[in-house]
Amino acid sequence: MRTFAGWGVAVIVCILTKDTCVVGAASTIELPALPYSYNALEPVIGRKTLHVHHDKHHAKYVATANSMIEGTALEGKSVEQILLESYRAKNQGLFNNVAQSWNHAFYWKCMKPKGGGTPNKGQLLTLIESSFGSFENFQKEFAQAGNTAFGSGWAWLVYNSKKKKLEVTKTIGADNPMTAAHVTPILTMDVWEHAYYLDYQNMRVTYVESFLDKLVNWDFVADNLKRAMGGSKEEL
Amino acid sequence: CDAISGGLPIFCLEVVYSFIMSGKLIVGQGLRAAANLRSSNIPTEFAKSSAAFLSAAPSGGKHALPDLAYDYAALEPVISAETMEIHHSKHHNTYVTNLNASLEKLDAAVSAGDVSGIIGMQGALKFNGGGHLNHTLFWENLCPASESKLNDGPLKSLMGDVDALKAKMSASTIAVQGSGWGWLGYNKSTGLLEVATCANQDPLAATTGLVPLLGIDVWEHAYYVDYRNVRPNYVNAIWDIVNWDTVEKRLIEAQK
Repeated sequence: MRTFAGWGVAVIVCILTKDTCVVGAASTIELPALPYSYNALEPVIGRKTLHVHHDKHHAKYVATANSMIEGTALEGKSVEQILLESYRAKNQGLFNNVAQSWNHAFYWKCMKPKGGGTPNKGQLLTLIESSFGSFENFQKEFAQAGNTAFGSGWAWLVYNSKKKKLEVTKTIGADNPMTAAHVTPILTMDVWEHAYYLDYQNMRVTYVESFLDKLVNWDFVADNLKRAMGGSKEEL
Repeated sequence: CDAISGGLPIFCLEVVYSFIMSGKLIVGQGLRAAANLRSSNIPTEFAKSSAAFLSAAPSGGKHALPDLAYDYAALEPVISAETMEIHHSKHHNTYVTNLNASLEKLDAAVSAGDVSGIIGMQGALKFNGGGHLNHTLFWENLCPASESKLNDGPLKSLMGDVDALKAKMSASTIAVQGSGWGWLGYNKSTGLLEVATCANQDPLAATTGLVPLLGIDVWEHAYYVDYRNVRPNYVNAIWDIVNWDTVEKRLIEAQK
């Protein structure tokens, strides 16, 4: 309902059909635009990949999730709430689509043109070094998680608020580590084949390496950590 | 041999043994090819015993990437030569390499009586062994479109409403979440065909007990270059290149 005309039509349709409809309600889950242009991550991730990955894969998860949420009590809740509720309700179909919507929105922000390398000195770097022994060790563990996620999955850097340290973990399919108590994701890497196939074919190892070397948006990761450490994780 | 008395049986055994050992050199090549191909065209029991015969390793020795029965370009336009080459020479090959590495580790654990180590190999064996099995079956149940024909016979009869069964299998296969395979399987207990799906590289027989007749790979690597995200187009198109003769041979073998 981004235009006045859209609003107008929606109001008229609602009145005419007398259906209960929430006029002007945006879809519960949004498809965010990429934080950069489609060619901004070249040559690490190609323009064509971003187009298909964002405009087709991510968009489909969002559309499917919204169609499943529409007209239910979940409408209007936050994505994280719906993710956790569908997980607890073991509603696999809904969870897959909602989680993948969240995962992809997070993934785009985890990357930036001319990213990668080492984070600046600060809270994040210090905690990485104390949690993994060294930044290089973290890189190795993260790469391994990405390379050994059999089939489709994600590699994650998470903050564990109980242990007060960072951990690397991997998930299968749409799974998101925030479903575990005390765990907040601060960085993710998509290792579903669609994330890298056009650019790297079977060479996932090279994609993972390049992601770490050239794409990670450490500022975003640092912000995520600050927020994770700042407040306690809401029990939704 | 057993018709003769006394020391002759031992002599017979020796003759037979040396015959086998010299024959092994000549026949070895053929047996190794058979063993490593694990082809549908060679009876399973023969392939298995060849492998055991040739290898002292408990796990049956090294596996090899099977050759395709057709050129990489033969399945166009359904599957491009580019996809076939990457899929066969890279993906499948990696499963074979990693399977062999896993089997070496398994053999070491078995020889050492390391039960925990043996159990620890499960994941790698299922993934890489499954990958090798599944892809070997896959290449064999595909053929150039010109050769793809479902003739009247035991398979067609058992399928019943062919279009309905294809639609069912397509739907299930398309619906696989993430990486996996769609299968047409034979249930030995009921004598009926079943549509099934498996995640990742989980092999059909070991996972469900069904005999694999026809597999469709829906890992994204199987179709991404040609169809991008549109898996339904790939699955619908692949019916044009199914090698129905192979599927029927597998059924007949399973019914024995």
